Order: sequence, then structure tokens, then C-alpha cells
Amino acid sequence: MFAYSLYCERQNKRIDWWMIDMKEISRPVIKEDHSSKFDGSAVYVGDWPTDGMLFGYFVRSTRAHARIRSISAPNLREGYFTVDHRDVPGQNCVHIILDDMPVFAGDTVEYIGEPILMVVGPDECVVRRIAASEIAVEYDDLPAVLNINDSVEELCAYRFDKGDADSAFKHADMVFEERFETGPQEQAYLETQGIIAEFRDGRVTLHGSMQCPYYVHEAVARALNFEPERVRVVQDVTGGGFGGKEDYPSILACQVSVAAIKAGGKPVRVILSRREDMSVTTKRHPSISRYRVSVKDGRVTGMDIDVVFDGGAYTTLSPAVLQRGLIAASAVYDIPNLKVRGRVVRTNTPPNGAFRGFGAPQTIFAAEMIMSHIARSLWEEPTAFKLRHAVSQGDKTSTGGRFHFPVPISEMMRDVSVMSQYHKKRDLYENGCGRFRRGIGMSMWLHGVGFTGSGERDIIKARVCLHKYPDGRVEVLASNTDIGQGVKTAFRKIAANELLLPQDMIIIQAPDTDRVPDSGPTVASRSVAIVGELIRSASRRLREDWRDGADQVVEEQYAEPDFIIPFSLDKFSGDAYPAYSWGVCAVELQVDSLTGVSEVVGVWASFDVGTPIDINIVMGQMEGGILQGLGYAFMERIPPDGHGRILNDNFADYAIPTASDVPNIQVKIHEMESSVGPYGAKGAGELPLVGVPAAYIEAMEHALGGRRINHIPFGASDVLDALSKAPQMEVM
Amino acid sequence: MLIRFTLNGEDTVYEGSASDRLLDVLRNKYRLCGVKCGCGEGECGACCVILDGRLANSCLAAMGRVEGLDVVTIEGYRTTERFKVLDRAFASVAAVQCGYCTPGIVLASECLLAVNPHPTREEIRLGISGNLCRCTGYNAIVRAIEIAAWEGDGLW
Repeated sequence: MFAYSLYCERQNKRIDWWMIDMKEISRPVIKEDHSSKFDGSAVYVGDWPTDGMLFGYFVRSTRAHARIRSISAPNLREGYFTVDHRDVPGQNCVHIILDDMPVFAGDTVEYIGEPILMVVGPDECVVRRIAASEIAVEYDDLPAVLNINDSVEELCAYRFDKGDADSAFKHADMVFEERFETGPQEQAYLETQGIIAEFRDGRVTLHGSMQCPYYVHEAVARALNFEPERVRVVQDVTGGGFGGKEDYPSILACQVSVAAIKAGGKPVRVILSRREDMSVTTKRHPSISRYRVSVKDGRVTGMDIDVVFDGGAYTTLSPAVLQRGLIAASAVYDIPNLKVRGRVVRTNTPPNGAFRGFGAPQTIFAAEMIMSHIARSLWEEPTAFKLRHAVSQGDKTSTGGRFHFPVPISEMMRDVSVMSQYHKKRDLYENGCGRFRRGIGMSMWLHGVGFTGSGERDIIKARVCLHKYPDGRVEVLASNTDIGQGVKTAFRKIAANELLLPQDMIIIQAPDTDRVPDSGPTVASRSVAIVGELIRSASRRLREDWRDGADQVVEEQYAEPDFIIPFSLDKFSGDAYPAYSWGVCAVELQVDSLTGVSEVVGVWASFDVGTPIDINIVMGQMEGGILQGLGYAFMERIPPDGHGRILNDNFADYAIPTASDVPNIQVKIHEMESSVGPYGAKGAGELPLVGVPAAYIEAMEHALGGRRINHIPFGASDVLDALSKAPQMEVM
Repeated sequence: MLIRFTLNGEDTVYEGSASDRLLDVLRNKYRLCGVKCGCGEGECGACCVILDGRLANSCLAAMGRVEGLDVVTIEGYRTTERFKVLDRAFASVAAVQCGYCTPGIVLASECLLAVNPHPTREEIRLGISGNLCRCTGYNAIVRAIEIAAWEGDGLW
């Protein structure tokens, strides 16, 4: 079997996993896709042979908001043609949650970069030249809203209450009020977006880089006005997603498939360049959160929270992002009285959408920071203050559901304190002076597993299928995509473990909508916890009914667990999630007070994701998520240019962390079985990013002598700004 | 014009413009698709190849610059013993996630170990700092290179 010795980062020495107490299912295997990716033979969308293929390139809006007065295109040479909104056979809209985004712009353009038409032809260079220089669009400018503060148009809004916040504020000893801002963040997957579509014999077949084949399938069927059977979507090997390939591939797929209809049976390929990808695809929503907090006898009694997200020009996934953000707005704290309001406003900027964490990183940052600030105002150590307010098993959630399972926050905090020497460093670095100043901060958070609210029950209704062939091999048929996170390996392990078969008897391929049932999208940290559990129970049924030499098919469908308090979206009440994953993180940094440049000295974290289905895969998710969270906290910014353009549309100007930007991240897996996922697994993908910015900013505040920070990203110029102001009086 | 160079150990003559991008030539003409394009501007390292023993971004190299040089891509490198050691090491800690940066990182590892067979962790981090990875947080990659350096003792 797997004979290679494994090495453990934490002790920096060899560890033989077989020797230590670890569940069989958690022991690492070689990932299913390792070899083909390692030797460069894996076929991504850009690697398919291009013989006989046509290439598409977009003519995009150069105005943030305008009416299109005219489009003048020259007579194109033979073999070249254009595609625009008039070519869309169905309704000119991309179905995501609402249908407000056109496939190609109609009368107006709503943001810079909105696709107006596509030039298609056999030579990619010629196509680009035609799109860039031969097609002229004239505009009549309309007033553009470029700033979240200026927007009055709501894309969606929610509010909910818990307890009686008004009375809590009326009887409070003290009321704290603060405003927090977070910036946009680009997913920066290494492989840009790309789709190939081919129309043949009345059917359109698409393949490319994506997270959610059935989302693409539904959007394309609607845009083409095709019956579902006439659309086939296959996932290619996908070079990262992080949410960025949840919504955007539906948009690109509609455009490319409309072009394919016109292409006379030839496949049409569109792969975005890095600059194009960064300037037009969806990002994390920038946010403004206002928190009012009432305190009575040293305890937080109520929170009045108002959250605004910048949705950009169209709705995309904004309602779902906002729901998760609002439900997480009181973070891990047991706040008896809550008033939560939130809205997504429209601006004339590229639409924002899904990014790992999905609305929670914004509100968790605000909640963590205000809790720290209140603690310091009350002369209490922040982590002790937070722990005093943390929820425990059986407590009510913000929406009146329950934390049905144990809450391990205090043990995890103790572990991270020991690993990081938090308390010692907290004292040591207090009131640092001189050029180089150090600080350490800690944050804690939760992340709900699976779709928000009743989504799994009412919308997704996941199905999986196992096909046993006469030779005894079993194929797992599910629509979840491996985008690098290792879900194919995890699914294969689950099936093999339950069927008592070796791994190589389990077949799992990239999803093809002609072959796999709809087990829902690859989002919301749901694949292992929800779909993995369906695979486990289907495997168990197959094992019990196993007939040698027979061809057998077993199907399994999601059923909501009995313990769930049904969620109502109208009232925002009930269990928004069946279970929660937990995280605690400490960050230590050093600031150069002369230049403002900061350096991360250490990162320590503990995560409870239930039973790890493969420790290596889980560690990879945790470490990678933390680094994205650090990037979000201090490196990654998209400064507004005043015209609605994204100027830093490349890796030189939009810097993501490199290997030399951080030291080794030290992660401990706090293993605790849950009872939702297979073998006690919970969601793991999004969790590690969510609360990291708060730990970084708390460390920064500590290094800067207690100066309060209310926004991310917080870079070198922000450090110098902060240092030019006197610190607040209370320091803790 | 004719450009003569060695490609993965074989003498090769390319007929085309000296200003053609090495990245495009490798992918389109020679179908060496392990060479990835992540940005096309020399920032991400996904298109790394080894040019006369040194790591280079093929998106920044014109064919004219390649004349007379020895070009190694992942397709050529994967036949070596050193590759196998790196392969086992990366597999053992699951240092490959989406895989798009991986061929570049493999060649960066080779170029690092070739000049420094037993690098410290900091030297490894510096050695792969020209290769962006958005998935792993780099921990697993650094660990894998440490393992390879140890297991492949004597190969580099």
C-alpha cells in the first residue's frame, strides 16, 4: 500500500501515521489526480487540441453606465462572425438566482467590461485584432453609481430579530458603536476561466473549467431555449475555483454556446486572459457593517447590526451571500438580543459573487473586532472576554436554531494559546516602541455546513448514484467537481471504505451531466458532509445487496436529518445549518514603523471539521485557506479609480501571497466527530479563511499600541496613517 | 527563419519568427501542454521551463533567445530519476491541489536542488517564490521539497 513515510510539520520530524491513533478513513492516500497533474499530462480546457476550432473574443463596454447608440462592424472576412444579444435564442439572461443579467448587453451597459458582442473566427490573433480595433461602439453616457455609499438601489434586503434588542439597549450600562469596512477580493485561481462549446445534431455540448456543471446546464438550457436533454456539460480538469467558478462559468457558457449555435458545428473556445479575468469576473463583496452593542454588567446583551454589501451591476449570488453573512453576524457569541438588517446595493461595477466564506468573512471580521474593542474598553483581555460570551452546545443560534453538537472553542483556544505562546507574547509586546514592533492577535469563528437555510431540502435535493459493474468495480456518479480540493479522492475513499473494496476498484470521473445525477453544486463546504454522506449510505446499501457478477445501480437522495428545526427564510428562523465547523487562529507579526511594511512572523490555528476524510487533504485546505485569509487582511486590494475600472488586473499589481511572504503555518486538527457527515466529517473548504483577517488585525492593533483598526485590507500605507495618530487610551 | 535548439534532449529546428513566444511554440507547435499559461506576464511561474539549467518563464522568452539553448519542459523532466523522487515526495504530503502551478513548481524545485541539494526551509521558500500557488498555502510544497532533498540524497 502506501509505503512512503510521512512527515509532520508540527513537530518538524518524521511521523509514521500508522503508528499514531488515527481513524482508518483519515489516513492519507495518494490523491486520485496526483500523477496526471504532477507530470503535466492532465488536460485542462486550454490543453485540448485546437484543430478545426473557432476562437471567441469579447468586445466589452468601456463605460460604467451608458446607452449603446450604435455599433459599427466592418464586413468581416470569410469565416469570421459576431454574436450579440440578437443571437440569443431564448431569453437574453443568465439564470443564476434571478434572471437580471443579460447574456450579451442589450440597449444599455451597466459596468466597464460588460460583454456587448463576441467576435468568432479560426485565428485567435485575428479575432482579437478585430474585437480590439475594427469594431466601434458609440455610447450615450448615463449617470453611474460607482460607490457603495452612493447607491440607493437594493438588489436584495433581509432583516431578522432575536429577543428584544430595543429593551437591551434601553437598559444598557454602555453602548458601543463602530463601523467596519472590508474590500473586494479576487479569487485568483491560477487557471483563468474557459469554456469550449460545440453544437451538433441539435445538441450543445460544453466542457471547461467549472465548479457546478448543473448550474451551467440550467443556465444554458434557458438561454438557448433548449429542452434539458439537448444540453450536455462536462467538467474539465479545473485549475482552482474558490467560488469564482461557481457563478461565472454559467455566464461564459451561455455566451460561448450562443456562438456555437452560429458556428456550423465547429467547437468554439473562449479562455479569458489573466487581465480580462481579473477585470470582469465576480469578486468577494466589499462591505460596510455598522455595529451597535449594548453592555450590561460587563456582558454583551444585545447587538444592532446593519450590513451593506456592494453587489456590483447584477444580482448573481448576492442574496445567498448576504444570508450567510447576516446569519454569521453575531459570530460565535451567545447574544440574547439581536437586530440584524442587511442589504446588497447595486453599483455600476463588475458583479460580485461567490468567494470562499460567502459573506461570512465580512461580518465575522466586524464582530471579532468590536468584541475585542469592547473588551479593551472594559480592561479585559480580549480572548477571555470572547470566551466568556462564546456559545455552547444547546444554545440558540442567531436565527433561533440550536447548536446541536458540542462547541470545542475553549479547548481549541487553549491549544492555540499554547502553540503560539499567546499570553506571554501579549505581555511581552505590550506598548512596544522602537522601529520594529511586534504584536499577536487571536480570533475565533464558526462556519455553517452546507447550503444556508432550507436550501438542501427545498432547492438542491441532492441525488447520487452508484453503478456496480459485473467485474466488481463500482463507479461513483455525482455532480461534485474536483477543483483541486480533493473531492474525488474523498468520495473514492468513502465508497471504498464502506464497500470494503480497494481504492482502485472504485471509479470516479469528472462529472458529465449525461451520466451523473444532480447532487448539487460544489459550494458551501457541502461536498463531503452532504454528498459524501449520500455516497456512504448508498455504498452501505450496495454492500448489503451485493450480488457477484451482477450489474447493479443504487440511488440515494438527501433527506433532512430529524433533529433539524425547519428553517423559514421569510422569518429567518430555525436551523440555518445542520452543524458548524469551528476555527481559532493566532497571528504574530512585526511592523516596521519607518516604512509601514509588516511581516507575518507566525500563524497558529486549530480547526474542528469533524473527522478528517484524509488528513493530508484537510491540512491542505486549512493551510491554503489561512493564506488566502492573510492575503485578504493585508495584501489584496482593488483601489477604486473613480471611473469604475479595475486598474490592477494582473498579478504584478494585485499581489497574492508568495511562498516567501509567510512562514510555515502551524495547524492542529481538533478531531471531534459530528453526526452529520460520513464517519463524523463536517465541512472544511471555507472555514479556514473566514476568521483569519480578524486575527491579523488584532495582532496589528497590538503592535500599534492599541490603535483601533476598522478596515481591511490594512497595508503599509495604512500602518503609516495609523502611526501618525495617537493611540486610544485603553490598551490591553 | 530557422531556430536551432535542444528540446527535451532532442535537436530541434523551429521555423518561424524570432519574436514568437516560447510558451506558445511549446504548447501549440510541439503540444507540450504541461507548460501552463497563468498570466502571460512573467508573474506566476506556471509556464516555467529550464533554459540551459536555469529556471525561466517561457511567456517572457522569445524564440530568438532560445537559439542554441537547451530547453527542458515537464514532459522532458518526467523521465528522470530526480522527477520520481519529487513525485513521491509531493504525493506523500498531497502537495498538489488544482495542479495548475505544479509543473512550474516541479521545475523550480529541480533548479533549486541542483544548486543547493540540502536547502533550509527559508531557502526553499525563496527558491519557489517566483511560482504562485493559490491552493496550498505553500506549506505542503515546502515540506515535499524537504522530503525530496532528503530522500534523493546524492541525486542532486
